[in-house]
Amino acid sequence: MTTYLDFEKPLSAIEGKAEELRAMARANGEMDVEKEAAALDRKAADILNDLYKNLSPWAKCQVARHPERPHCRDYVEALFTEFTPLAGDRNFADDLAVVGGLARFEDRPVVVIGHEKGHDTTTRIEHNFGMARPEGYRKAIRLMDLADRFNMPVISLVDTPGAYPGKGAEERGQSEAIARSTQRCLQLGVPLVSVIIGEGGSGGAVAFATASRLAMLEHSIYSVISPEGCASILWRDAEKMREAAEALKLTAQDLKKLGVIDRIIPEPRGGAQRDRAAAIANVGKAIGAMLGEMQGMDRTAVVQERRKKFLKMGAKGLAA
Amino acid sequence: MNWISNYVRPKINSLFSRREVPENLWTKCPECGTMLFHRELAENLNVCSNCQHHMPMTPRERFATLFDGGIYTEVEVPAPVADPLQFRDQKKYPDRMKAAQKATGEKEAMLVAEGEIGRTPIVAACQDFSFMAGSMGMYVGNAIIAAAERAVKLKRPLILFSAAGGARMQEGILSLMQMPRTTVAVEMLREAGLPYIVVLTHPTTGGVTASYAMLGDIHIAEPNALICFAGPRVIEQTIREKLPEGFQRAEYLLDHGMLDRVIARAQMRGELITIVRMLMGLTPVVAGDLPPPADVASLADQRATAATGEPAEIDETS
Repeated sequence: MTTYLDFEKPLSAIEGKAEELRAMARANGEMDVEKEAAALDRKAADILNDLYKNLSPWAKCQVARHPERPHCRDYVEALFTEFTPLAGDRNFADDLAVVGGLARFEDRPVVVIGHEKGHDTTTRIEHNFGMARPEGYRKAIRLMDLADRFNMPVISLVDTPGAYPGKGAEERGQSEAIARSTQRCLQLGVPLVSVIIGEGGSGGAVAFATASRLAMLEHSIYSVISPEGCASILWRDAEKMREAAEALKLTAQDLKKLGVIDRIIPEPRGGAQRDRAAAIANVGKAIGAMLGEMQGMDRTAVVQERRKKFLKMGAKGLAA
Repeated sequence: MNWISNYVRPKINSLFSRREVPENLWTKCPECGTMLFHRELAENLNVCSNCQHHMPMTPRERFATLFDGGIYTEVEVPAPVADPLQFRDQKKYPDRMKAAQKATGEKEAMLVAEGEIGRTPIVAACQDFSFMAGSMGMYVGNAIIAAAERAVKLKRPLILFSAAGGARMQEGILSLMQMPRTTVAVEMLREAGLPYIVVLTHPTTGGVTASYAMLGDIHIAEPNALICFAGPRVIEQTIREKLPEGFQRAEYLLDHGMLDRVIARAQMRGELITIVRMLMGLTPVVAGDLPPPADVASLADQRATAATGEPAEIDETS
């Protein structure tokens, strides 16, 4: 059963009808509906094309949060071999909002780190909807230490609404954990290649996305604050999220213009959720290309390049 | 000249154009309600003499009471592109900036200076909560980078006074990018082997806490300062329970291992001198040898006549 977003409503009617026709044909062998159904399919494809060609920033937020979008685990399963999850921050707990471990990418040993949101109620709760606590960031720091010592590139997959705003998380130093994780990213003598696959929510995202190369899926978002949060503060009305999403310039397209990200990874027609395998393959290609760009760079060059990139960032605004 | 022009007119004029009297000679302590005379308040470094509540200080007040003789040189901060996103909410961002500049008389939300404290050369940066809640955008990022570069060049420690509601939403992603940018500045100091001391003042929240404010070699906070990533309101809405008394206040963070010390403002300068001199491998200062900071009472008169701004709002981000 496909989940339709509110702006996809015209599509649901047509796709529903095509489905209905085919169901009727299955029940009654005499009927030949394929021609009509195929016409409906073509119409649906056209509508889908039109809808996704010019998604508003708010629509992109909805797509980025789509429950059927591939999540971290899906990418890890498809793109890496010998994935060996590693757990724990060695201080307090293992935070399941962050998954990570050793793996091979195109046979090369790497460390992979990502936010996992979960795909049904049980797993969503288990992974805390991808909202990490300090332990998650400290686990990531541990994994980055490991990567740095054994000369393995780090690949991070970012998909989080933000760091978890809870009592315990604050008591155990959420701020410090995020700050240290960002700092660790900047100290890495190995390439850190990062992809925002869904939501890049504020500090929780920065902690893994302070990368040598940062790519975003075409319909993902990266923002200092959620549109709802921004609307409730600046408009004093959380319902103004459309305006806020517009103003925040949180789409991959705007962020590329601002020089905050390095590349946009195309999504299949109708978004990653409609053809998960194709979206995952595109991400794989981009990771390979970004790692390739950094081949042969020595440790000092890797650190210096990343630093320079951030020092220069934003110098030109939208004119970049 | 006659009776009317000599006597009546001045009399009438004096009725309508009264001599300008500074209006804010008295400040009410927001904690205990005590009325505090401006000179007394300034001599107490904006701390209530009744309940010890630490009120905000502007960067200029902070520096005047920190540096020897109140003497410091401002470090120039490269100006970023104005309004990089052409951001507009209910007001345009440039209009909000102009209002903040008018209210504070400052260019932006951070001031960087070099000078001496207890004859110890330092670079200091101070965030201005009265300027758009001290929020961190490109300028604040540039200021911290400029401060670190200056400190590295002069081989001096950097003391940073933080105060912010968080990231400057009107600069969108570029405000978020100040988290890694300012962290690069911290890395420069670390590599140069120079101390980086953070004094966390009320309030330090959001992306500021989650970057340069929590990466100091030493963390000192002023009493009762709110220091957090997610604000108490956001947490209460998430977990739907009342938070304990003193949650996310300086003393609470000290108990939870996030700070080295909580120090009253009156002792702060002496404390900083002691720490910085030890970390820089300098000899102890001779007691009684310390030059005093500026004459604070005269500053108070300036402050009383200065324009007052509209109260700043806290931009909470998570």
